[in-house]
Amino acid sequence: MPNSDVTGEAARPRGFGSPRGAALTGLREAIGVPALVLGASYLGFGALIQGAGLTVWHGLFSTFTGWALPGQIILVELYSLGAGLLVVAAAVAMTNARLLPMTVALMPYLRAPGTPRWHYYLFAHYVAVTGWAAAMRRCPSLPEDQRLPYFAGFAVALWAMCLVTTAVGFFLSDLLPGYVTLGLVFVNPIYFMLVFVADAKHRARILALAIGALAGPLLHLVSADWGLLLTGVLAGSLAFFGDRLWNRPHV
Amino acid sequence: MSDAPSAAALMESAPLMESFHWPVVLMVAGALVTYFWRALGVALSGRIDAGSPLFEWVACVAYAMLAGLIARMIVLPNGPLAETAAADRIAAAVIALAIFFLARRNIGLGVAAGAGALVLMTLGRSWLL
Repeated sequence: MPNSDVTGEAARPRGFGSPRGAALTGLREAIGVPALVLGASYLGFGALIQGAGLTVWHGLFSTFTGWALPGQIILVELYSLGAGLLVVAAAVAMTNARLLPMTVALMPYLRAPGTPRWHYYLFAHYVAVTGWAAAMRRCPSLPEDQRLPYFAGFAVALWAMCLVTTAVGFFLSDLLPGYVTLGLVFVNPIYFMLVFVADAKHRARILALAIGALAGPLLHLVSADWGLLLTGVLAGSLAFFGDRLWNRPHV
Repeated sequence: MSDAPSAAALMESAPLMESFHWPVVLMVAGALVTYFWRALGVALSGRIDAGSPLFEWVACVAYAMLAGLIARMIVLPNGPLAETAAADRIAAAVIALAIFFLARRNIGLGVAAGAGALVLMTLGRSWLL
């Protein structure tokens, strides 16, 4: 059965032919728009690392082990402000708590009979927005034995690219004139602003974004250490319960 | 190592601790709490509902915290961005949003426009003043 149609998603009972084919397809799909956009953001992260007075090894270590840009940026920002271990761990944990429901939602589409459990625990490290979204879109229509390979190929390729651009961003911000470095560092807040605007579909989350954006700078002035955590809990809860009250019929 | 280190030696080693080891300690802690969520997700999958109200609250807290961080990085940045004008950064963020929507929600174009705008406005100021 010829399988030359690479773009047709629905009519592909055999998927990419084999687990190996699925992994290679994931790799190829990652080295495109996803690697370009996320790679540019990691250029910005490299520049942020440089701006915080850290070494390129810190940047690489962070991308290697952390692998979820919002948490990595929060960590570097809080480090620059001189925050303590407890505050940093709590802020990163809260930022990345979304990875739990994301992983729970993705796992049913990755499981296949006969796969050792540790494979799931290994590749869980690669659950982050871009790879997650690709796997949620692709994997349900693939044969079971090709699902984890597709996700692994996609996510590991993306991770490798972003390790490279973290280092490139670090050295570029040293070589380029200061005003270009500014642009690179500015990529971080702008990228996430647009990612969250693009992603916000539920009213509760839109409220959380709006209240959080207002409260963030204000509570930062109250406490540079705890402002971010307070913003999350207060503005997030306000949005969550506000949304619930809104839904309740008024009497 | 029975000798008590002299005050001078402590003064010398302290900056190295600060600048190299301390961020690594923070990053290890950050990596552990991050991987904890992922591993817990694998362990719990099939047993809990990813669409429950608790997860919606968690999502709201994460969104609010990130929105707060992004707004703070634009309005009150530290590091190299602190040398740019606040009005320029806010204008660049608005330009990024406008281009994003005009280009049919294209994130890449929006980011390029916003970062490019900040660079040009900062350059413009340095030429004018």
